[in-house]
Amino acid sequence: MAGYILRRLLQAIPVFFGTTFLIYFMVFAMPGDPILALFGDKTPSPALVAQLRAQYHLDQPFIVQYLIYIGGIFQGNFGISYSGQPVGDILLRTFPVTLRLAVIALFFETVFGIVVGLISGLRKGKLFDASSLVVSLILISLPIFVIAFVGQYVFGVQLGWARTTVGTGAPVQDLILPALVLASISFAQIVRLTRSSVIETSGLDFVRTAYSKGLSRNRIVPVHILRNSLIPVVTYLATDFGVLLVGATVTEGIFNVPGVGNTLYQAIIRSEGPTVVSFVTVMVLLYLIVNLIVDLLYGLLDPRIRYVK
Amino acid sequence: MSNDLFEHPVTASEPGASHFVAPLEETPLVAIDVVNVADKPSNLWIDAWRDARRRPTFWVSGALIILVVVVALFPWLFTSVLPNNDCQLLNSNGGPTAGHPLGFTKQGCDVYSRIINGTSTSLSVGIIVIVLTTVLGLVFGAFAGFYGGVVDAVLSRIGDIFFSIPYILAAVVIMSVLVNYRSVWTISLAIGLFAWPATARVLRAEILRVKNADFVMASEALGVSSLRILLRHVLPNSIAPVIAITTISLAAAIVAEATLSFLGVGLGSSIMSWGNDINQAQRDLRTNPQTLIYPSLALSITVFAFILMGEVIRDALDPKARALR
Amino acid sequence: MKIRRIGVGAVALAAASALVLTGCSSGSSTPASTANTTAIITTNGSEPQNPLIPTNTNETGGGKIVDSIFAGLVYYDATGKPINDMADSITTNDSQTYTIKIKANQTFSDGEAVDAKSFVDAWQYGALTSNAQVNQSFFAPIEGYNDAASSPLTGLTVVDATTFTVKLSAPQSDFPLQLGYTAFDPLPANAFKDMTAFGQNPIGNGPYKLASASAWQHNVQIDLVPNTTYTGGRKPQNGGVTFKFYAQADAAYSDLQANNVDVIDEIPDSAISTFTNDLGSRAINQPSAVFQSFTIGTSAPHFQGAEGLLRRQAISEAIDRPTITKVIFNGTRTPAKDFTSPVLDGYTDSLSNNSVLTYNADDAKKLWAKADAISPWSGTFQLAYNADGPHQAWVDAVANSVKNVLGIDAAGAPTPTFAQFRSLVTDKTKPIETAFRTGWQADYPAVSDFLTPLYATGASSNDGHFSDPAVDALFTKAASETKTDAAIKDYQDAQVILLKDLPAIPLWYSNVTGGYATGVSNVQFGWNSVPLYYAITKG
Repeated sequence: MAGYILRRLLQAIPVFFGTTFLIYFMVFAMPGDPILALFGDKTPSPALVAQLRAQYHLDQPFIVQYLIYIGGIFQGNFGISYSGQPVGDILLRTFPVTLRLAVIALFFETVFGIVVGLISGLRKGKLFDASSLVVSLILISLPIFVIAFVGQYVFGVQLGWARTTVGTGAPVQDLILPALVLASISFAQIVRLTRSSVIETSGLDFVRTAYSKGLSRNRIVPVHILRNSLIPVVTYLATDFGVLLVGATVTEGIFNVPGVGNTLYQAIIRSEGPTVVSFVTVMVLLYLIVNLIVDLLYGLLDPRIRYVK
Repeated sequence: MSNDLFEHPVTASEPGASHFVAPLEETPLVAIDVVNVADKPSNLWIDAWRDARRRPTFWVSGALIILVVVVALFPWLFTSVLPNNDCQLLNSNGGPTAGHPLGFTKQGCDVYSRIINGTSTSLSVGIIVIVLTTVLGLVFGAFAGFYGGVVDAVLSRIGDIFFSIPYILAAVVIMSVLVNYRSVWTISLAIGLFAWPATARVLRAEILRVKNADFVMASEALGVSSLRILLRHVLPNSIAPVIAITTISLAAAIVAEATLSFLGVGLGSSIMSWGNDINQAQRDLRTNPQTLIYPSLALSITVFAFILMGEVIRDALDPKARALR
Repeated sequence: MKIRRIGVGAVALAAASALVLTGCSSGSSTPASTANTTAIITTNGSEPQNPLIPTNTNETGGGKIVDSIFAGLVYYDATGKPINDMADSITTNDSQTYTIKIKANQTFSDGEAVDAKSFVDAWQYGALTSNAQVNQSFFAPIEGYNDAASSPLTGLTVVDATTFTVKLSAPQSDFPLQLGYTAFDPLPANAFKDMTAFGQNPIGNGPYKLASASAWQHNVQIDLVPNTTYTGGRKPQNGGVTFKFYAQADAAYSDLQANNVDVIDEIPDSAISTFTNDLGSRAINQPSAVFQSFTIGTSAPHFQGAEGLLRRQAISEAIDRPTITKVIFNGTRTPAKDFTSPVLDGYTDSLSNNSVLTYNADDAKKLWAKADAISPWSGTFQLAYNADGPHQAWVDAVANSVKNVLGIDAAGAPTPTFAQFRSLVTDKTKPIETAFRTGWQADYPAVSDFLTPLYATGASSNDGHFSDPAVDALFTKAASETKTDAAIKDYQDAQVILLKDLPAIPLWYSNVTGGYATGVSNVQFGWNSVPLYYAITKG
């Protein structure tokens, strides 16, 4: 077990280099000179452009830029954004907020998604199942902008149940509404996945055995059916966590959450290599850990799955 | 499942045994156990087809899908209004009038005609993307889950790297590099190339579970080649969650195409698509929500058809679900 | 020009001016005597893109804050009229050498004196290429300026503690008008010791100062409180200003509706049709110093010589500006009648030749046919824009208008990022062959700022590479006029030629759109689209 965990953690090293290299290269390959964008519709003098390009190492070949960045990381320096701030500071400021938002959103989609999916699966073809399909269809056909906007208008402006935007320090109660909006995107996926898994499990021999042994439905559903249906759901939730970590640009924008979403989006649009790569790298490392936890969870959900040989 | 067990003729017991066992030929059991070797072996897909065609949902979803495909292929059968010509701002956000049953967009274009003519782009992108993500997801997920060890480590970590690339960044770079080749195919590539790791991970998890099932052990014990076990036994039993995700992802892919157009790396606003219309309509949410509702409805109906079809396929592939009926 | 933040999705153009004043209509900053002077005003902002250094701040997010914590020689009132702030007098005999006297006993908020050296050192710092300040080009008129090498401004001389002289390399009658721009603010001596640290926690001489050393919470907000050492005309009538940073205008608007923010200077696209109803008398929609156009460069095929002139005129007359501004922008844009802005001295809507800016489908078709007789049209008329800004709706509308009138293919050509857009537009080796959007927001309230940098031969922002000796001559003549009226006449004459050549095709002037919450009064927007924060009262 310990050996397996160690091996998995060591795999983070090639992923780190692969990710940073690939993403740095993609930012490098983005068309356009980011320095020109700093001046709006005004055209700066060539000397000034050259000076700024040198300041951000943009005059260097790609591989040199990449090595300067990687060298900096090993000294705890994630580079400087075009606004002159250390990227490390930006990371420390925004990641905790987004992490909090992601966890709350994940909580909602787990609870609602699994409960609705479970009931739909158990009552396949009944009214509840059909209604959950309709709700899912509505949620996936509407852009997130619309869901966020309607949520904010109804609960924030009209009813006053929630703050319209997130207040200073991003307290948990302010994050509930944006988290619900975020959860609505993946809600449909979780419901369909849980439902399909529950239907499949319900037909398995051990469930029929359990019924014939006279076990109560209250025991069979959570212990036999749900537990054995959770593996694909948990896996999907983990990937969704990764998606939430790189930030929900639109939702964070509408609720003014000072998280990763907008910062990363702006950094991409402005071709800020160090910022983009640093954010994504932190995300990947967190994601690797979450995936490792999920893989270990499989063993708990289904004892037949083992990694230790 | 496998006929190998029965291929050797059962021989009668030797005389002189201390316990007499009646020759099998003499028992009624033989009638049950008899296997006609000349029979075609039962085939998963043929069984599935036989099952599916008995379900009404199959015909409903099939009819809807055919309708959408016909609209995509022959839009002129359904509308004679050319959607991109004669967009007059005087008609902006106008309600339905004769010949324009769903009214007008903010730019004064005919909503109905745009939806009909946008079907082809949206449907193609959606289908190409889900085929791409499913194929890549199946290959990476199946091999990683089934073989484990080094194969799993390499394939899963490749998936992690692809997963980590921000979608906007990837799309901007790919579409900028392929600027002279922009088409439904390249845009689907830009979307699908980075969307498969989720499918792969879910499939991998399911395969980890299924590969320990008794019937897999049995096949192994019988010496069936591992690739054959994977393809014939493990994969069909692990496909349900992939179908569940993929049918929903169709909607995500159609909307993603719009996002790319919105970012300026799509097919451009002169190419019609539902996503494009949804994207443009959301700005008028407060004043003219119906321009948003119609393209969303078209998207919903299509996704609904594919979800139903996915259900049918899933049920048909699952012999246990069949038995339960 | 002060650039706008290029936000996510719908970022409405925020812009402002002062022909129509809301709230206090006198234009003066005299407060109501009953106002509560301790209430803190919250308003929308965006995370400054640069450290808070005047010479390095060229976008609205940082500009609003820097203008509040620094005071230059002059400030502009709501109408754009310059009023002495730190300056006691600015005098000249020849429009080339200016003598500037500073008021006595002016100090920074830490007590250091504001003297001639505070200005001269700051300007020298900003002009040096090696310091790479984004506002470097503002010092170009001053003698000794060289953007290719790091050379000091030899035209700046300190005469005594409160007097210095500025010698320009050529006469420029409206130079004093420029001095209210952010780049010309003074800096304390401490700043030069560690500019990076100073930019995070600046010490200024303006009406406000940072509430504490940690007042700037990045990506969240910045808290300003009144600076008691400031004695100028912008005396705060409130207990401070908090700029809340918003990534999207939608969020700020929702906060305004819920009374969580007092004043916003930006209305999101999604609310542009409803905000006047939502807010009633608290809505702001007034002209400002922002000019929008698109440019068809001289490298574009079919747009050269006589054929090009005809085609430019035809396209201009094919655009139904009044309908587009009404339908797409709900009246928050005003159809253009010239190349400047209606809020400036010298603006007129009756320049001869300006009928080319009037929608005239029949004439457009005739002009296009004449051009076709010279060389038949082929291809698609494309209009390039950056997709990360709020441009798609109007570009599509303009393309449709051209398509419907001229019967040619017309479409928008988006690029994903502003960086790529600017790179395409400014590429010298491979000049852009399509039309592209252009826009200009004035940094200082003068018509010259809308004309010379854009249309003079070889000018820094002349992206269409336009050149006309007659126009150049009028620009030079105007700059050296000593009488304002004479200069205005020259600029108008130049525009009459421009209306024939159409180096850019004028579209409309952006209004500033904004609003304020209940319980807030004396909200006035300045000529440059920014609210006069110091005058706002609450409670």
